[in-house]
Amino acid sequence: MTNTTKVPNVKRDNRSLLQKYAAAPHIAWSVLFVLVPLVFVAYYAFTDAEGGFTFANVAKFFTATNLTIFFRSLKLAVIATAICLLVGYPIAYAISRCKPKTQRAMILLLMVPMWMNFLIRTYAIMVLIQDTGIINTFLGNFGIEPFHMLGTEGAVVLGMVYDYLPYMILPIYSVMTKIDYRLVEAAGDLGCNSWGVMRKVIFPLSLSGVISGVTMVLVPSISTFYISQKLGGEDTLMIGDLIEQNYYSGDYNMAASLSLVLMFILLVGLAIANRFSDGDEGGGMVL
Amino acid sequence: MKKKLIELRNICKSFDGEQILSNVDLYINDHEFVTLLGPSGCGKTTTLRIIGGFESPDVGDVYFGGERINDVPPYKRSVNTVFQKYALFPHLNVYDNIAFGLKLAKVNKDEIRARVSKMLELVNLRGFERRNVNLLSGGQQQRVAIARALINEPQVLLLDEPLGALDLKLRKDMQKELKSIQKRTGITFIYVTHDQEEALSMSDTVVVMADGKIQQIGTPVDIYNEPENAFVADFIGESNILDGTMLGDYSVKFAGHIFECLDKGFELNEAVDVVIRPEDVDIVPLDRCMLTGKVTSITFKGDYYEIITDVCGFKWMIETSDAVEDDAVVGLSIDPDAIHVMKKSEYSNMFGDYSTFSEEIEHLSDVTTEDVEE
Repeated sequence: MTNTTKVPNVKRDNRSLLQKYAAAPHIAWSVLFVLVPLVFVAYYAFTDAEGGFTFANVAKFFTATNLTIFFRSLKLAVIATAICLLVGYPIAYAISRCKPKTQRAMILLLMVPMWMNFLIRTYAIMVLIQDTGIINTFLGNFGIEPFHMLGTEGAVVLGMVYDYLPYMILPIYSVMTKIDYRLVEAAGDLGCNSWGVMRKVIFPLSLSGVISGVTMVLVPSISTFYISQKLGGEDTLMIGDLIEQNYYSGDYNMAASLSLVLMFILLVGLAIANRFSDGDEGGGMVL
Repeated sequence: MKKKLIELRNICKSFDGEQILSNVDLYINDHEFVTLLGPSGCGKTTTLRIIGGFESPDVGDVYFGGERINDVPPYKRSVNTVFQKYALFPHLNVYDNIAFGLKLAKVNKDEIRARVSKMLELVNLRGFERRNVNLLSGGQQQRVAIARALINEPQVLLLDEPLGALDLKLRKDMQKELKSIQKRTGITFIYVTHDQEEALSMSDTVVVMADGKIQQIGTPVDIYNEPENAFVADFIGESNILDGTMLGDYSVKFAGHIFECLDKGFELNEAVDVVIRPEDVDIVPLDRCMLTGKVTSITFKGDYYEIITDVCGFKWMIETSDAVEDDAVVGLSIDPDAIHVMKKSEYSNMFGDYSTFSEEIEHLSDVTTEDVEE
């Protein structure tokens, strides 16, 4: 539209109908299902049950119990994200170095579990690790006492890693395939051994993918309630569970305020993370 | 006696069953400017990559200063490369790109700073330290790439069609600049190009390659004046290549006429290829001519005319400053020292007749072969 303001009378608007209205469904969708609900969330967050304005809900986020739950969520999500990164980065690198045909096959294998329902995948983990589950039954055959996995923080982290690992691998992989292999050769030419090439060329150039991947794992991990409910125990209550509880007990205002504060914290975190990838073109899909 | 720095012995290399290099033997002297010249797909880049350590030969050995270096990885060779599309690190600025090698070598910071600024001066980019390499022009990126390689003071600098992406004027300037850098630093340059003019004007030694084989090694003057076979004669400059017969020493018959020449040592009545450069054919009055031809096309080239002349069915290219008329019959004369006789080779009868010549087509095919190489 800046063009039309510069040359007002020459080319007023010669875009086709499709061009003009192609974005319309998206805009309508965004307004209806993103913007309006957000306004509602904000409204509920700053009002009490009678509809009067209040900061009480937001303030309640910062009570000791809620903060404990928030920091637990943060801790578990950060651990899961770190594991995803440590596991996913080498996988993404290895895939990107394969022949194109192998690459497609590997990516397909990576995607197949994602086509399975998320709930079923989480249930599957439950079946694997419960006290009478497959792993413990198997170990029992060798006379090993069943050890308790389900209901621990470790189980929750495992669930997060399992469910979200592909979201770490895919963006990193897609950035890595775009790295010009000649840069690797150039680094070798200038005296880099393979570790140096990784540290000085491949990692910096894949940083935008890493940040995307971290976002795509961290955000759903921190706010999950299903994984912690199925795989966690009473002492692994997470912020997502808290929001859900408040919602079902009818305290919409509290649920909204928890959501809003969480969103705010995440946005600030992501904005800081994005600073790191500034100057990189492409790859980053955050914000 | 010059010192042999690099030696390739009997190198063979194939990719996916396709033979790219066969039995390449080559040595390169210290402080020399050597150009590997040939059409795309001739194996020149592969040869360079074998010297750089990016490819290893299937058969044969690479020696550097007398030592076999087949299994030495690139980062341990005292060779640096200027890549075809520069391969500058997009996440680093000009300074950090150039300082890359020195930082790895743990050179102290003050020295790095001093050497980078010296390098930038050498390549005429003073004050560019903080610039983003992605925003530089092609010529500037090119010079950063040269500086990045040269700063490590390698014994050998490999350059893979470094001027290919530049426009003509800039390319000419950079040719001069590269040549003078080479002279000043004394570093051995191994330069890959498909541009024969570039090769002739810059090199001490030209290595002409085709079909994975070395066709000729020599000084630019030798290569131009004494081509080894029809391929070299055709690839370097323009040439009329005719079938001839040696009637004895200093006498050759072609185009139905017996010419005096400077070549000897052939067998009696040996079939040979005869090369005549277009600028060596004189147009003379009909009563003093050796051959007559009918002009079939005239192209004005500024300082000369390029004329295609039909001599008994064979089309000759002649460059002359004399104006002639289309369809006119002209007399031609050739001096003995303008005639170059070559032994028959696998390339005989493939080149040298201008009957199907069209600059446009030649130009188009050039573009497509370059694209293939990308």
